[in-house]
Amino acid sequence: MRKILKSIVLVAALISPTTAWADIRFGVAAEPYPPFTSKDASGKWVGWEVDFMNALCAKLSEKCTIVEVAWDGMIPALDAKKFDVVLASMSITDKRKAVIDFSSTYYNSSAQLLGAAGAASYKSPADLNGKRVGVQSASIYQAYAQKYFTPAGIEIKTYGKEDDALADLAAGRIDYVLGEALALDAMLNSPVGSCCKVAGTVTPDASIFGIGVGLGLRKGDGDLQQRLNGAIKSIVTSGELAAITQRNHLTGKIVLPDAQ
Amino acid sequence: MSFDVLPWLHGYGGLLLTGLWRTIFIAVLGYALGLLLGLGLALLRSGSNRIVARVVKLYSGLLRALPELIVIMLLYYICGDAISWLLSHLGLGQIEIDGTWAAIIVLGLATSAYATEIFGAAIRAVPSGALEAAANLGMSRALCFRRITFPLMLPMALPGLANLWLMVVKGTSLVSVVGVMELALAAEQGAGATKEYFAFYLTAAALYLTLALITLKVFKQFELQMRRGQVRL
Amino acid sequence: MSGNWLAEFAPQLLEGLGITLLIFVVSVGFGFLLSIPLALAQIRGNWMLANLARGFCFSFRATPLLMQLFLFYYGLGALLANSPTLREMSPWLMRLDAFWYVLIAFTFNFACHEAEVLRGALLAVPHGEIEAGESFGLSRLQILRRLWLPSAVLRAYPVFASDVIALLKSTPIAFVVPVVDLMAVTRNVMQNRLLIYEPLLLAGVTYLVISFFVLRLFAVIGTRMPKGWLV
Repeated sequence: MRKILKSIVLVAALISPTTAWADIRFGVAAEPYPPFTSKDASGKWVGWEVDFMNALCAKLSEKCTIVEVAWDGMIPALDAKKFDVVLASMSITDKRKAVIDFSSTYYNSSAQLLGAAGAASYKSPADLNGKRVGVQSASIYQAYAQKYFTPAGIEIKTYGKEDDALADLAAGRIDYVLGEALALDAMLNSPVGSCCKVAGTVTPDASIFGIGVGLGLRKGDGDLQQRLNGAIKSIVTSGELAAITQRNHLTGKIVLPDAQ
Repeated sequence: MSFDVLPWLHGYGGLLLTGLWRTIFIAVLGYALGLLLGLGLALLRSGSNRIVARVVKLYSGLLRALPELIVIMLLYYICGDAISWLLSHLGLGQIEIDGTWAAIIVLGLATSAYATEIFGAAIRAVPSGALEAAANLGMSRALCFRRITFPLMLPMALPGLANLWLMVVKGTSLVSVVGVMELALAAEQGAGATKEYFAFYLTAAALYLTLALITLKVFKQFELQMRRGQVRL
Repeated sequence: MSGNWLAEFAPQLLEGLGITLLIFVVSVGFGFLLSIPLALAQIRGNWMLANLARGFCFSFRATPLLMQLFLFYYGLGALLANSPTLREMSPWLMRLDAFWYVLIAFTFNFACHEAEVLRGALLAVPHGEIEAGESFGLSRLQILRRLWLPSAVLRAYPVFASDVIALLKSTPIAFVVPVVDLMAVTRNVMQNRLLIYEPLLLAGVTYLVISFFVLRLFAVIGTRMPKGWLV
């Protein structure tokens, strides 16, 4: 019985597109998040984070594979061992640290408010009174918006993907989008970007925004955590991360960890 | 892709077609699994054991009463956990089963609940005279099923099964919510990358429509074939 | 397993439930009304009208609801974004909440499914009843309203009831557009509290309870229907 079961599972695993055996699987959000992760026309994952992953794996001499999972199912999927590392620009927050571990941070970015081309500049939540702001659900931006914008009487609309929020901004359905500065910039550079402009930055709140973005790991996966931290430190010091940033035209736009 | 399939999609035509293939793959396997399970369960239900029949009825009723999206999400996570637990307890280590297979299992389970009902109704509609004749001739239960019940039941079940197939194809779009790669998710990814939402979603809808048209034609042909010799309704 | 999420999210969950019920009831009501002309067009309409109705209904029945929602909401949004002329012509279109898109999609869906059912039921009504009406000198509209349609609806009643439940079960998909229905709030809880099973099970049970009440309602109405009509 056990033998039959084992052979069935083996056959199924062999037929199935991706199998794991001692290489490191990186979980990527299925919804594209340019310029960090997106799919090119041939269906391959490309972007700053993909280059970052490849650099890490080269340093660790490991084979790395990408597993796509829905963004809001990331942490449960990590727990269910569908992959080993979360590579989805996941901010290190206390709430998440209660459930998973993080590597050391590998970039930080500011929150930005994007508005329509003719929108007024933003100085404080009172400026947005009566307007609609879009945020991505389960993000630190939603938490920020709920804490600071909702009390000021601003209508918050949550979207499953930041892309959808930007699409609605371009369509004129919402007035502003609060999100990660870079993803918003990518939208400005896209064909529909002429609709919108940067309206300002919000006062940061470290308790919500966290200290930066890190790789998510299962609790107790200390071995992998140490190896990844070592690899991150090494590519930061060697300047490789800066080179990747340069290649993806992101120099000066994201804050890389200090080379020590 | 060296040539531009579906040129209005800015080169992402290949991605959509891959998504279509994945949808068909998941749908066909899920449907087949659902039919096999459903047929088996229908037989169990019409069998002699009352307790088993009750359990099957409860299973079928529960899965049909819950919203499909919730069933898919629950089964997807339960499946993942169960398979990991099973594998670790059997000492099989790190072998991971892809999300696609979890989706197939999930769709199969959800489909089996409906298939049980469809097959059950069709089996009950088989004229009891034929079954009595078979018993009189001394046919075993298995032979009777293979030669009498199954061929007579199939044409009656076909309209319901065709509808169920459509449900499965539409159900594959729901697994995009848990991140399994298929046509709906491919359309989302392509649209997100190019911001051409209308083009991508319209094309994806057209692809679903074409798939439905072709497969329904196949079902119709199959039904006509099975009904040959029977009185035309 | 933090149990206090229920207390914290209860008001949001109730609000989401309200939106879900609103979508459900309105879609059933208007969908049923719409299914009547759609079914009639296919039976009595001229060649062009009948095929138009058939094509319209097939499109809605054969494509996933998820895709329809995406197409209506985000597809239209992209068209609005790309053409300033469209935006100038209809500024109200931009401000139209996602809620209305969901209503339209669900209404059309239900209408198309019921048109199929109604079509079969209308054809199944014995022609003798219609002829009797004609011999009494009733107008076409009177026959439809007093004889044909009620008879058909009676025949289709059980299927209609199960289709209504089917619509209820497909309402969770509305969360993919920014509408705060029960499923959207459930997902919010899942993400905020990093729980999976508890919120999902609660949502599932809620839908079960609602369908139980709906089925009871249909059963009660069913007992009050005149059975003698059905030959």
